[in-house]
Amino acid sequence: MTTTDVKRESPARPNRVGPKQAVNDALTITWRNIRGGWRVPDNQIYMFIQPIMFVLLFAYVFGGAIPIPGMEGDPTAYKRYLMAGIFAQTMAFAVAPASVGLADDMEKGLIDRFRSLPMARSAVISGRVIADLANQVIVLAIMILCGLLVGWKIENGALGFIGGVGLLLLFAFAMLWVGAFIGLSVGSPQVAASAGLIWLFPLVFLSNAFIPTPTLPNWLQPVAEWNPVSAFVAATRELFGNPNLFSTDNFPAQHPVLLSLIWVVIIVGIFAPLAIRKYKAAATK
Amino acid sequence: MNAITAEGLAKTFGSGEKAVKAVGGVDLEVPEGTVVGLLGPNGAGKTTVVRMLTTLLRPDAGRAVVAGHDVLSEPQAVRSKIGLSGQYAAVDETLTGRENLWLFGRLYQLSSKQAKKRADELLEQFSLTDAADRMLKTYSGGMRRRLDLASSLIVQPEVLFLDEPTTGLDPASRLDLWEVIRERVAGGATILLTTQYLEEADALADNIIVIDLGRVIAQGTADELKTQIGGERIEVVVHDPEQAGRAEQILNLNSGGQCEHDEHNRKLTVPTHTGSKGLIQVIRDLDEAGITIDDIALRRPTLDDVFVKLTGRHAEDETEKPELAGRSAS
Repeated sequence: MTTTDVKRESPARPNRVGPKQAVNDALTITWRNIRGGWRVPDNQIYMFIQPIMFVLLFAYVFGGAIPIPGMEGDPTAYKRYLMAGIFAQTMAFAVAPASVGLADDMEKGLIDRFRSLPMARSAVISGRVIADLANQVIVLAIMILCGLLVGWKIENGALGFIGGVGLLLLFAFAMLWVGAFIGLSVGSPQVAASAGLIWLFPLVFLSNAFIPTPTLPNWLQPVAEWNPVSAFVAATRELFGNPNLFSTDNFPAQHPVLLSLIWVVIIVGIFAPLAIRKYKAAATK
Repeated sequence: MNAITAEGLAKTFGSGEKAVKAVGGVDLEVPEGTVVGLLGPNGAGKTTVVRMLTTLLRPDAGRAVVAGHDVLSEPQAVRSKIGLSGQYAAVDETLTGRENLWLFGRLYQLSSKQAKKRADELLEQFSLTDAADRMLKTYSGGMRRRLDLASSLIVQPEVLFLDEPTTGLDPASRLDLWEVIRERVAGGATILLTTQYLEEADALADNIIVIDLGRVIAQGTADELKTQIGGERIEVVVHDPEQAGRAEQILNLNSGGQCEHDEHNRKLTVPTHTGSKGLIQVIRDLDEAGITIDDIALRRPTLDDVFVKLTGRHAEDETEKPELAGRSAS
């Protein structure tokens, strides 16, 4: 019986997948994720009902109880303040569909099937990310319409608006990689659903998304202001021209857009390689 | 020419004390156009072998060539020539049958048009045309397996891997699927089939490889394996346990070996070389001795007997766990 060394790297040409094929395969998987995803009632609720609920709940139920310091007489103040927070929260929740989707594919054995096909390996994750990002675009569009209906305004012109939308989608893109990593790590969609969201709620609520940070206890203010979610919310408010409040004049207050872009680089830089490593490791199980 | 050649394939999961040796040096040769059945109980390492041969899993040691390509250095070339139908029907539940086949066709690098045409052909061939535009969720177990199998046949693969293709199916669906598999064989495909059902290996495979605890413990045709454990036996079930001892004496007199007594079932088994003549003699002697019997039969060995002989267990025994490498080393 001969035992050959198997650790050698494969130099063989026919195994290189060209960029054209990688794109094609990613789009095929994207099609599959969107096509199938829209048939799942959970996803429809997530995409269409949840955003509308959040807007109505915060605008009308909590809104009256949360004063915006310095704008007490203005009945539209909280809604104008709030919407960027809800947008960012919903973008952060992109973790859930990505993690549940990939965990589901793992559990059902679809990833094995994909791996046995002569397709680009990257397509499974990239197809997931592209599909979920496309869904986030739709969710965001619905939320923007809802926001406009309840009295939120775009107060900084078209360019600011486009910048704000772009930044929110970048945030979703970054969080999708976090979701991909979680989904490929836990391997069961039920666990992925809770593991994807359980840390996200405190993270979002301990930010400037729903409340002005100056209303927090002094010791909590820096935590909330350096929270990455706050950076995206503040940057979006700045780009949309909505009311923006800070307790101090620190870096997050001065450069929210720059800080969010830095966060995108950090999050993607950490979680994209981790997710890809998890995906490759799944092969040796 | 061999469609599959493997030498010394080995895989251990985990490390240290918890290491589980799933496969410990498996050699395989499957000539082109034949069906080989990989037979073994749960946890024997069948699926691990298939996963290594289909490029899903990197072996710790050994090499394998499938359809003329090395699974380690040319995995993509291997993938374009094989079809894999998994133990757990790996198809997308939220897509329709037609959409599933189109999706996999595209990923086999067919054009959209080709993939569509191929999907139509396969739906027809597998009698799924009526259900083609229904979501997979609404499919029965048998329909789902048929679609799963169809998905593995999109590119007319040179080598087809079927990992427990009929596990969990009702008998009618199983026979259906056997028919489909036989058609592929008639069409010249090479098939490696894993199963824990002996009659499945018996019905479909030219050659059977019995695998247990990650090692090949026997191989050959079904007949060869059966001959390995000897010839026919007489089985007697006595009505009254009190008479078992007397019956045992009679059987020993008439047989070519030692009688085995299963007290729980009141069953006596003895090897015989004299065929039906011996059986008649035994019946006569038992009758003369006044022993009432519930059942008597001349049995030819089954693959299950082969299996019990080789491993000391039944093939369909669900309780066996893979050997703990850490334990066996200590």
